[in-house]
Amino acid sequence: MGDPIGMVFAPGFFASAPVQTAMVIGGGAAIVSAIIGVFTIIRGQSFAGHALADVSSAGGAASFLLGVSPMLGFLGMAVLAAGAMELLGIRRAQERDLVTGIVLGAGLGLTALLLYFDVTTRSTTGATISVMFGSMFGIPSSLIPPAVLVGGGVIAVVIAIYRPLLLSSLDSTLAEVQGINVRLIGLLHLLMLSLAVTLAAMTIGAILSTALLIGPAAAALRVTSRPGAAIGLAALIGLGSVAGGVLLAYDSYDWTPGHGWPVSFFIVSIISAVYLLAALPGRRARRGAVISGNPETV
Amino acid sequence: MFSSFMINSWIVASIVAVVAGVTGLFVVIRGSTFAAHSLPLGTFPGAAAAALIGIDELWGLIAFSALGVIGISQLSRHQRNDVATALTLVTLLGLGTLFLSLTSEYSQAVYSLLFGEVLGVSSSEIAPVAGLGVAVIGLTLLLFRPLLLTAVSADLGEVRGVRSAGIELIFLAMLGLATAMALPVVGALLVFSLMVGPASAARFLTDRPVRAMGLSAGIALATVWAALALSYATNWPVGFFVGSLAALSYGLGRCWASLRKKM
Repeated sequence: MGDPIGMVFAPGFFASAPVQTAMVIGGGAAIVSAIIGVFTIIRGQSFAGHALADVSSAGGAASFLLGVSPMLGFLGMAVLAAGAMELLGIRRAQERDLVTGIVLGAGLGLTALLLYFDVTTRSTTGATISVMFGSMFGIPSSLIPPAVLVGGGVIAVVIAIYRPLLLSSLDSTLAEVQGINVRLIGLLHLLMLSLAVTLAAMTIGAILSTALLIGPAAAALRVTSRPGAAIGLAALIGLGSVAGGVLLAYDSYDWTPGHGWPVSFFIVSIISAVYLLAALPGRRARRGAVISGNPETV
Repeated sequence: MFSSFMINSWIVASIVAVVAGVTGLFVVIRGSTFAAHSLPLGTFPGAAAAALIGIDELWGLIAFSALGVIGISQLSRHQRNDVATALTLVTLLGLGTLFLSLTSEYSQAVYSLLFGEVLGVSSSEIAPVAGLGVAVIGLTLLLFRPLLLTAVSADLGEVRGVRSAGIELIFLAMLGLATAMALPVVGALLVFSLMVGPASAARFLTDRPVRAMGLSAGIALATVWAALALSYATNWPVGFFVGSLAALSYGLGRCWASLRKKM
């Protein structure tokens, strides 16, 4: 084993079809999540992002039961939950967390029931794990086209409404004065958020998708306070974490006898480490305080 | 339904309901819904960790909820609160996936830790749950005024000499304790429903804090009892009933409030 490339990339890494699928879908999900994540943090809607992902797990469980594509299940449920939150009044800041919590609780109850049906009627005992924690090497390559379509769609909408979205996220009163339909923009953001977390939930699992959404964006906002730069940096961090995680998980088959360590674990660990690295120098300088600092100003 | 093996479940579930109802009111008033969701979810890998190194489950849960409390309070010093909570949560869950994959019989265990397993409570589990329950409720009553004061206005609290950061830390620790005791029974995801649903319904019914606390505990008790009975009758998971009944009580409370406003 004198071959340095072989030391880093275990044999067969680039030729493996599951690895390629995981890289494409995971990488795409990371980029889309990171971009939406920056806006989500600025708007103070991390909880909504996490809740949408959790609730979408009910859709994932339902798709096992009905035998339809998991993408359809996750997506349908996330959009439904976003609609419920909007209807119940997510716009009023005081009520927001509470309404999010109620929708989240009801959705999780539904997940419990559907997973129970999965296990009892279909004898798919692995359903809980794969829905909640993801099974990245088990993603069928047929999911690539719809995933790319959804991801591309989200990025296209962000580019189209970039200015009004950014302005209404930073200061909704100012945006209103400038004639921006703040409510419509908010609804669009919620919709794109649900699409982004769906992609992430399918790859690293419903309850871990928050890592891709918040982690890279939070790290980027510690380093720079310029939104455009933060978005680019967040996308890079997200992509790097997924690539690194997939590589480490693949390699881990060689370190451990029998089975490798989970991909989701490596991805989340890398993201946490990057965030801590980004946060350390910012302690005194408080760069990025304009955007990520004071909750009251947003 | 009330046979000997069910009695333990009824007792433990009732204790959990009262504790969740009481602490839940402060979760709702202080707006700590995300923390109340994240602490249980981030705590459940503790059970897997405990199984891995062979100690009692409860110690693993307490250790992980302590990690969660420390993570949230440290990170939110120089980060927005919700972002700090999210980051702490995913870091703990990331560790959780690793522990879960290292233990052998994990699939069924994960389901019951996430969604609850009320029907398998042994009588040796009652004492620690009751002890922790009394501790949490005692702490709540002791700190009733400062908890309320800093929730309504941090500035007002500072004027009265109450350090809001300190109270926040104690409050998180209380949540963590309540979580660790409730988690094996109702599951990580539904401790939270039980905290938020009944308390938010109680807030619609009354503005007076003490009465709201009693109401919240009462609704939580009713929710858990109904959920247990329904789960026993249908054989469906208890978590489903807890989640939907909690949401229902919020809905009813909201309807009641808007009806009363019109009259």
